[in-house]
Amino acid sequence: MLKTFPRGGVHPAENKFTADKAIEKPGLPKQVIIPIAQHIGAPATPVVKKKDQVKAGDLLAEGQGFVSANIHSSVSGTVAKIDQVIDSTGFRRPCVIINVEGDEWADGIDTSPDLITDFSLSSEEIQKKVLASGIVGLGGGTFPSHVKLSVPEGKQLDTLVINGVECEPYLTCDHRVMLERAEEMLVGVKLLMKGQGVDKALIGIENNKADAIAHLEHLTKDDPSIEIYGLKVKYPQGGEKQLIKALLDREVPSGGLPLDVGVVVHNVSTALAVYEAIQKNKPLVDRVVTVTGNSLSNPTNLLVRIGTPVKDLIEAAGGLPEDTGKVVNGGPMMGKALKTLDAPVVKGTSGILVIPEKQARREAEAHCIRCARCVDACPMGLEPYLLKPLAEMERYEELEENAVLDCMECGSCSFTCPARLPLLDYIRLGKSHVNQIIRNRKQK
Amino acid sequence: MNNKVLTVSSSPHVYENTTVKKLMYGVVIALLPTLVWSVVTFGIAAIIVTLVSVVSCILFEYLIQKFLLKQKPSITDGSALVTGLLLAFNVPANLPLGIIIIGALVAIGIGKMSFGGLGTNPFNPALVGRVFLLISFPAQMTSWPVPKGFNTGYLDAETGATPLGLLQEKGDQAVSQVLESAPSYSDLFYGQMGGSLGEMAAFALIIGLIILLYLRVISWHIPVSIILTTGVFTGILWLADPTQYADPLFHILTGGLLLGAIFMATDYVSSPMLPKAMWIYGAGIGVLTVIIRVFGSYPEGVSFAILIMNAFVPILNRYIKPKRFGEEVQHG
Repeated sequence: MLKTFPRGGVHPAENKFTADKAIEKPGLPKQVIIPIAQHIGAPATPVVKKKDQVKAGDLLAEGQGFVSANIHSSVSGTVAKIDQVIDSTGFRRPCVIINVEGDEWADGIDTSPDLITDFSLSSEEIQKKVLASGIVGLGGGTFPSHVKLSVPEGKQLDTLVINGVECEPYLTCDHRVMLERAEEMLVGVKLLMKGQGVDKALIGIENNKADAIAHLEHLTKDDPSIEIYGLKVKYPQGGEKQLIKALLDREVPSGGLPLDVGVVVHNVSTALAVYEAIQKNKPLVDRVVTVTGNSLSNPTNLLVRIGTPVKDLIEAAGGLPEDTGKVVNGGPMMGKALKTLDAPVVKGTSGILVIPEKQARREAEAHCIRCARCVDACPMGLEPYLLKPLAEMERYEELEENAVLDCMECGSCSFTCPARLPLLDYIRLGKSHVNQIIRNRKQK
Repeated sequence: MNNKVLTVSSSPHVYENTTVKKLMYGVVIALLPTLVWSVVTFGIAAIIVTLVSVVSCILFEYLIQKFLLKQKPSITDGSALVTGLLLAFNVPANLPLGIIIIGALVAIGIGKMSFGGLGTNPFNPALVGRVFLLISFPAQMTSWPVPKGFNTGYLDAETGATPLGLLQEKGDQAVSQVLESAPSYSDLFYGQMGGSLGEMAAFALIIGLIILLYLRVISWHIPVSIILTTGVFTGILWLADPTQYADPLFHILTGGLLLGAIFMATDYVSSPMLPKAMWIYGAGIGVLTVIIRVFGSYPEGVSFAILIMNAFVPILNRYIKPKRFGEEVQHG
């Protein structure tokens, strides 16, 4: 019996047709647009100014406070300006715009493909290096990784969980990393284990990636500290809480963190970034992005410099189809629709999904017929059919009582609703109001 | 490429292939075996009654939405079609047309639209119509045509008692004597007995159940809990005194129990949402059915039992909640 999480979940069509496409390196863009806020937490503060010369790997902006992350240049060239640009969030936000000249890397960065396995750094040094390198969770959450590495007093960690689930349909970037960069990624896992101070790591992978499971099992067969688990395919298994439940049968308490059950979770691509930061001295300046969609002529996996405009990626995948209606930054379940194709790739961009006009618009809403499909689908045990009207009617106290803040916005309810009701839209709205009410309450 | 206007909407960006319409037509497909079999058993009358019921349900919904509520009519969603079919399945095949039309008006007008239409009706609309007719036209609603095959005319059918009717009027006779004149179990299974148009053929209804489960229109909890409770309750009575009470199989195969358990009690809107609540709801229907059948003055009680339990659904939905992830462990 393959493991999975017990409650809720849905089975969207997988459409992972880039699974066999090896990671390609497209040519460098003419210009990169690097937002100073690519992570959860405070935006970084720019340390460069107009006309400065930078090399790839140079610091562009410094993280502010504990929950924040450094931003580095992904190319060499001249800073054209620091300006407000519409990024993947859809808002105008400050970005460092660099005109690309050549491809020079900052001193001390090793760009050779040689595998280095040096575990001499102490866990404090690992944490410092991760902090300096601007590494954030690359599964899409973009939570600064150094925060996870510094475990608060009184919390006992025993297990590192590495997330290779990739439950979003269409996306295959983590899959390719596990196939093509597995050795490096596993060194990253060992470094993370040392950084977290645990001696056991579990890697969870859905069994639609049998080749990745077999490959990693082969590579770790002599290492009892890393275990590979194939998981039954079910969305949203890549959610931290669902993955921990599936692998360890531990339930993160409502409102709590994985730390509360002795676990910390990092994504496979994050592990690779940690490897590069520590063994190659290379900060987080590029990542693998799946560029995909049923209408694209050449869907593919690309190793992209952060800040590359999305339109360049779509060109590399065969150009924008005539009938395109929507372009999503991320996967179809949790990704954000882009306003403009000039928006840059950021640290959290795991995929670019092109959706044809026909599927881009929502279908007409029907009436709720109480079929309970949303209740069955909710992995958190909530009742979306009830939360939606409560949010609509602004009954925020009842929303809070019904645990609306447990919602992680996986979208399973809206996905499954036969009446096509915008359940998650209203739940999101309700969540933001309830959060505001709680903040006000705390201030009093 | 830059001039392209992109649609921006929040996630998710893909949807499951199920719609309200598809679910409703799933129910219609599941009802077809029973409809075909009732035509084979009762002849042309079954077609006439069903057609009139379906057409008047759809028409009344259209007229009420268009002229009374001034809404955009939603008759294509298939729910009025389902109500029409289920109403027809719940009346005798020789019912005069005028009465069926009144039943349709009550089902759609009072049972459904007066509460706000699809999704807001607390009671199963077809049953509201059926029970209204049963109380208003007791003679016509309990004159059951005897199954004589496809060539039976519409209003000239021979009528006779239902198996449950025989049981109700047994007086001091022992059950075994009464049941001698009742159809055999295989006749019951193939619907060779008096009764409503769509309630008799157990095998056709069970095929319908399999279709519903296969198409994932309903879960198994409600039908199974009703049938199980009815079986257990009548089984206890039968074991206590086999001369006074009929056996469980007889109770399950007769009357509207299977039709009710599979198609009427499982109506989404008027049934609970969680398996645990479904068990309570189904057990309640089973127990009430047996009480009405065995101790009440009506021979048959499924319709009443379902309507009574419909009334408890809001309470069940309110107090029986799903188990939340991470609820039991307190955040410390």
